[in-house]
Amino acid sequence: AMNYSAKDEVDGGPAGPPGGAAKTRRPDNTAFKQQRLPAWQPILTAGTVLPTFFIIGLIFIPIGIGIFVTSNNIREIEIDYTGTEPSSPCNKCLSPNVTSCACTINFTLKQSFEGNVFMYYGLSNFYQNHRRYVKSRDDSQLNGDPSALLNPSKECEPYRRNEDRPIAPCGAIANSMFNDTLELYLVANESDPKPIPIPLKKKGIAWWTDKNVKFRNPPGKESLEEKFKDTIKPVNWHKAVYELDPEDESNNGFINEDFIVWMRTAALPTFRKLYRLIERRDDLHPTLPAGQYFLNITYNYPVHSFDGRKRMILSTISWMGGKNPFLGIAYITIGSISFLLGVVLLVINHKYRNSSNTADITI
Amino acid sequence: MWRWVRQQLGFDPPHQSDTRTIYIANRFPQNGLYTPQKFIDNRIISSKYTIWNFVPKNLFEQFRRVANFYFLIIFLVQLMIDTPTSPITSGLPLFFVITVTAIKQGYEDWLRHNSDNEVNGAPVYVVRSGGLVKTRSKNIRVGDIVRIAKDEIFPADLVLLSSDRLDGSCHVTTASLDGETNLKTHVSVPETAVLQTVANLDSLIAVIECQQPEADLYRFMGRMIITQQMEEIVRPLGPESLLLRGARLKNTKEIFGVAVYTGMETKMALNYKSKSQKRSAVEKSMNTFLIIYLIILISEAIISTILKYTWQAEEKWDEPWYNQKTEHQRNSSKILRFISDFLAFLVLYNFIIPISLYVTVEMQKFLGSFFIGWDLDLYHEESDQKAQVNTSDLNEELGQVEYVFTDKTGTLTENEMQFRECSINGLKYQEINGKLVPEGPSPDSTEGEVPFLGSLSHLSNSAHLTATSLRTSPESETELIKEHDLFFKAVSLCHTVQISNVQTDGIGDGPWQPNLAPAQLEYYASSPDEKALVEAAARAGIIFVGISEETMEVKVLGRLERYKLLHILEFDSDRRRMSVIVQAPSGEKLLFAKGAESSILPKCIGGEIAKTRIHVDEFALKGLRTLCIAYRQFTAKEYEDVDRRLFEARTALQHREEKLADAFQYIEKDLILLGATAVEDRLQDKVRETIEALRMAGIKVWVLTGDKHETAVSVSLSCGHFHRTMNILELINQKSDSGCAEQLRQLARRITEDHVIQHGLVVDGTSLSLALREHEKLFMEVCRNCSAVLCCRMAPLQKAKVIRLIKISPEKPITLAVGDGANDVSMIQEAHVGIGIMGKEGRQAARNSDYAIARFKFLSKLLFVHGHFYYIRIATLVQYFFYKNVCFITPQFLYQFYCLFSQQTLYDSVYLTLYNICFTSLPVLIYSLVEQHIDPHVLQSKPTLYRDISKNGLLSIKAFLYWTVLGFSHAFIFFFGSYFLVGKDTSLLGNGQMFGNWTFGTLVFTVMVITVTVKMALETHFWTWINHLVTWGSIIFYFIFSLFYGGILWPFLGSQNMYFVFIQLLSSGSAWFAILLMVVTCLFIDVVKKVFDRQLHPTSTEKAQLAEAHSSVKCLDSVCCFPGETPCASVGRMLERVIGRCSPNHISRLWNASDPFYTNDRSILTLSPMDSSTC
Repeated sequence: AMNYSAKDEVDGGPAGPPGGAAKTRRPDNTAFKQQRLPAWQPILTAGTVLPTFFIIGLIFIPIGIGIFVTSNNIREIEIDYTGTEPSSPCNKCLSPNVTSCACTINFTLKQSFEGNVFMYYGLSNFYQNHRRYVKSRDDSQLNGDPSALLNPSKECEPYRRNEDRPIAPCGAIANSMFNDTLELYLVANESDPKPIPIPLKKKGIAWWTDKNVKFRNPPGKESLEEKFKDTIKPVNWHKAVYELDPEDESNNGFINEDFIVWMRTAALPTFRKLYRLIERRDDLHPTLPAGQYFLNITYNYPVHSFDGRKRMILSTISWMGGKNPFLGIAYITIGSISFLLGVVLLVINHKYRNSSNTADITI
Repeated sequence: MWRWVRQQLGFDPPHQSDTRTIYIANRFPQNGLYTPQKFIDNRIISSKYTIWNFVPKNLFEQFRRVANFYFLIIFLVQLMIDTPTSPITSGLPLFFVITVTAIKQGYEDWLRHNSDNEVNGAPVYVVRSGGLVKTRSKNIRVGDIVRIAKDEIFPADLVLLSSDRLDGSCHVTTASLDGETNLKTHVSVPETAVLQTVANLDSLIAVIECQQPEADLYRFMGRMIITQQMEEIVRPLGPESLLLRGARLKNTKEIFGVAVYTGMETKMALNYKSKSQKRSAVEKSMNTFLIIYLIILISEAIISTILKYTWQAEEKWDEPWYNQKTEHQRNSSKILRFISDFLAFLVLYNFIIPISLYVTVEMQKFLGSFFIGWDLDLYHEESDQKAQVNTSDLNEELGQVEYVFTDKTGTLTENEMQFRECSINGLKYQEINGKLVPEGPSPDSTEGEVPFLGSLSHLSNSAHLTATSLRTSPESETELIKEHDLFFKAVSLCHTVQISNVQTDGIGDGPWQPNLAPAQLEYYASSPDEKALVEAAARAGIIFVGISEETMEVKVLGRLERYKLLHILEFDSDRRRMSVIVQAPSGEKLLFAKGAESSILPKCIGGEIAKTRIHVDEFALKGLRTLCIAYRQFTAKEYEDVDRRLFEARTALQHREEKLADAFQYIEKDLILLGATAVEDRLQDKVRETIEALRMAGIKVWVLTGDKHETAVSVSLSCGHFHRTMNILELINQKSDSGCAEQLRQLARRITEDHVIQHGLVVDGTSLSLALREHEKLFMEVCRNCSAVLCCRMAPLQKAKVIRLIKISPEKPITLAVGDGANDVSMIQEAHVGIGIMGKEGRQAARNSDYAIARFKFLSKLLFVHGHFYYIRIATLVQYFFYKNVCFITPQFLYQFYCLFSQQTLYDSVYLTLYNICFTSLPVLIYSLVEQHIDPHVLQSKPTLYRDISKNGLLSIKAFLYWTVLGFSHAFIFFFGSYFLVGKDTSLLGNGQMFGNWTFGTLVFTVMVITVTVKMALETHFWTWINHLVTWGSIIFYFIFSLFYGGILWPFLGSQNMYFVFIQLLSSGSAWFAILLMVVTCLFIDVVKKVFDRQLHPTSTEKAQLAEAHSSVKCLDSVCCFPGETPCASVGRMLERVIGRCSPNHISRLWNASDPFYTNDRSILTLSPMDSSTC
């Protein structure tokens, strides 16, 4: 290719014979052009880093202890009700020809749960993060867009249409919504067999923005059933989307909180989802006193085919969330290593100094 | 039609015949037996594109780059198959990169179009149909007669027809072509010279036959066949009758010329063909890294694909009830699915090869190179020259130089010639205060510095001469004077010097002003030697006053003598001499020859050959440049023979050069030696220091010069290239192959025997070519062991050959060539880095160089400061880029293990797209522009620091591995840190609500952006406000962007995955603690490594940094830095150092002793007191 510039011809190259303009080509003497901008020039030496190591150690270890203690104070109990073991009361529900199976699991709380208690269900080996699964939804439809309601996104295939009618809500995620029902009872005392049902609150389990902004029922004044009349329920569902919570209109349709919670796909194949809230009653009585409890399960959700497990978790919560010793331990570890390295470095620095002093003499 | 197409595509050479035939003024012969040759028009097209072809051509050019092509393929794959990421993620950055480049190139091309139009539209006057027609430059056709007025530029290559002078000569300057500022005389054929008007020219019927266009500016062969009165006259045409496009008419009112080469076929246009692209070592390692990463990418994709199929062998994983496939997916063929899965993984991981790397590197180089031109230290006040960057591709190569090849004249020396001594007829004279004084063994001449031939008045009186103390008999006196006379006449006649003095234009006509002092004459010469000699002759009383109408006028002792100039046998570097043949006023025909002693003495048959040879050697020992002067007298018969041979040779159309060389060989023989001249060339400022510094930096310096052996050695000694203590080995005057080999073996033995002292090697051109032909290995072995090599008597091409040899030697060292003249161009272009000195010998070297500086001494700043900085900057830039993309993509790869290898992305598409172009691009760019890991003054005063970065150290496989492993470990920390944080998926929020996969990815991404940015901050040693702005600004921008991006339901996006994800993440206390923990853990590894490295094996750069940092504190309180101090406990000292008060004195003192290289290097040892005195 040509690299030739016709400009050369016009300019005539460099100043030819002397006698050109008096303009000088001297570069400007500015700090930027001379690369003399004022600058802070830190150097990472043992001297400057040592205190940092000690400081990190001194800060991290207490933080770690604090987090660890906080985490340890959290009460958590996990009950597996998959029923794979023959002894399990839910074992009978595993056979596919049993419909609407119910089973009961007894458990004991050794310590009382204070404050708000959160009830989760947990699934294992369930790949909610599978790509085909994650994208199998239509956010416009879920946001109440009428055109998307009747013509869901292609991403929902093969859960897009059924019997020539659009599925609402479409997609694999919605289709596989968790549909076990869990009820919790306290056995008041050994003698009195009449159990006390624990009140479970089903609102406040989804993100506020999801419930109020991201998920919306289709617009219009007619009843929900009317709004969804041209659609069909997902294949696996027993009831239509507008029947999810028949008691509460504001928790029905797309804005049903159980549904919203399910729709937030989990990051890992073993996951928990918030199921119900058990609100603190007052300061005097623990929310869940220690004692005998039983869990009533309406067993619908099949996990046996993919070796899945189902759990029910009761947990109290601190400012940092559920019980998780990892963060505290990690802080303590890193803090200790940092402190230790500080010491090692101090020693090395000391030795290095001595050896260099001897080297000085040999010069 | 087909041929035309083929021609356009460049399959066929456009010209079939060897010569072109031009009918002047396009008057074709009347008989129809000719086929007019087609010539292109006079349009200069430097632009690459037109409006129509810009888009396709530019796109084609851009996608020829491997990286762009790679991203295009990725993009197309994304369009074709069902991929995890939307095509936008790679399409948008690609589009961005391509658009930015296209805009830049389009703008440049627009500028070129403008300047093309300006040039092509310039008005010119052309003789057409008997009159002068004003037209545009682009309309000139081959054969047109063009009129050019004074100070105008020639619009095409013209053959001169006539000028306003009677002899048809004109003066031009070719400053814009080759930079030579002297005036050149061009002459026309006598038959056309008389045609000075348009009307006269109209009657001219002539044909020019000449060679096809070629790039060599100084070659032109042709002849003009003029038909006059039914008779054909043939005249030779040479370069002296060709006026080149781009040159400028001077001192001449107007000329007429016929266009022979037009437009893109002009010599100027042919000379601007693009130079071969040089690629820097950094770029080469960058490509190696790219390949390594490509392999990593492909193996990751293969592993993922294989694992995907092993894991999904069972249906419960492949297609569980909750996640059914579509019919289409189920039915697609297995092989196709496998391939598309592989491609999908490829797409998922493709970001490991950073698209923005190329853009950033290019921007860094382009913007960074401005600093060289802006540097005041590289600005030369006297000549008003600043450093000039011709290519920004090689900035970092300046920090990698291992061999410096330098020219001597004009590079190490000023190229300002001063006449010093001469030897006339076996007697030596010295010029002192403008007077010639005899010198040498003659005892009688000690009487004093008696002026000899000193001034005009003295010399008019021959009696005065007798009175001088020259020890000569009266008979030999006249003889002596005659010899002197002849010697200086030879000096003042045998040259190509011009006098650019308007007054002298009319010498031939008016009476000569005898009292015009020589100082008023301005001599212009292409060679400064000639100028110095002519001026010296003038001081000696024989003044060259001008050339007019083939007459050279010389004023001898105030008397004007006219010599008819018959022939000039031009100088060429093969012959190494030039001659003129003149007719003396007495009528005798004389040849004066001037040239290197090796080319004159063998041709001499008379004169004081032996004595002169001794004198020449003595001159050379003093470092003077010598030339021998000889003459020959022709008999009438001899001259006829000579004249005929010359004419034949000059008019030959084929093999003219060989024929001319033969003719010159024949003519320049049987010479009688007159004497020799010695001219001094002053060394440039600070050459010795610069060479010393280069050597301390571990750079081997080779001086390549055309000078003779003794001169070269003495200059080498005086400029510090050779030390007195060096053992100088010689490989010179080797005539035979075997002798050369024997000598080489002997040298190699000598080197191995004593390795304590340094060795210097002197080679001359002929021995070198022998050594290179057969004994390359042995020769290289010797050279490598010599710390200084001097090659003398080198031809320009030999210089390039030596460099090529070093370049391809097993170590593949990086070479740098410095030169100032046209003869250095080949070596400048051959070397990895070519530096041109903007000197007196024109701009050709500067123009063909990669960097041009005004003085040799600037080399030290250019290499040690700019080179060092650029290297550090770009090396870190490249390593960092790969590092940050490993950090970026590895978590994606790890995530596949937890999502059944379903190609689910960890990050949102927008994050994938913006990571490289927004979130992490600016800090590294700014770093790579302003970083100064150490003070520039320290770098310049301690050239040894240059060794720290030699051999591409920062981009070695080891360093690369470190960065890559660091990237991987950081990625593991981000990913598994987040993984364990989530644990069994406990809630991280205070209200017990749960996060999903997007929050998980965003957590990883946030940690990554912060870590990667802070990692850059850790690398930064020079924090200007810009660094602060972009570093913290990038992190803040990431947060603000994420808040904004997650805060809105984007109507045009299909999925709202990220809605409020980031805000929810930030509302979790655990997340904040986890981010802090992970960032600190990641950087912890790096900091520990850095600190331990520095503490245990510090590089000299690191020590210098420390010394510098502490010397800036300047241990004022001497208690803590006084070496003998005892009371400080070591912890106390430690603390003081922490505070920065106490300067570790021993560090700078320890420095020299601990470095193994220097133990034998005397030059270093001499420097050590200076170092220890810093504290």
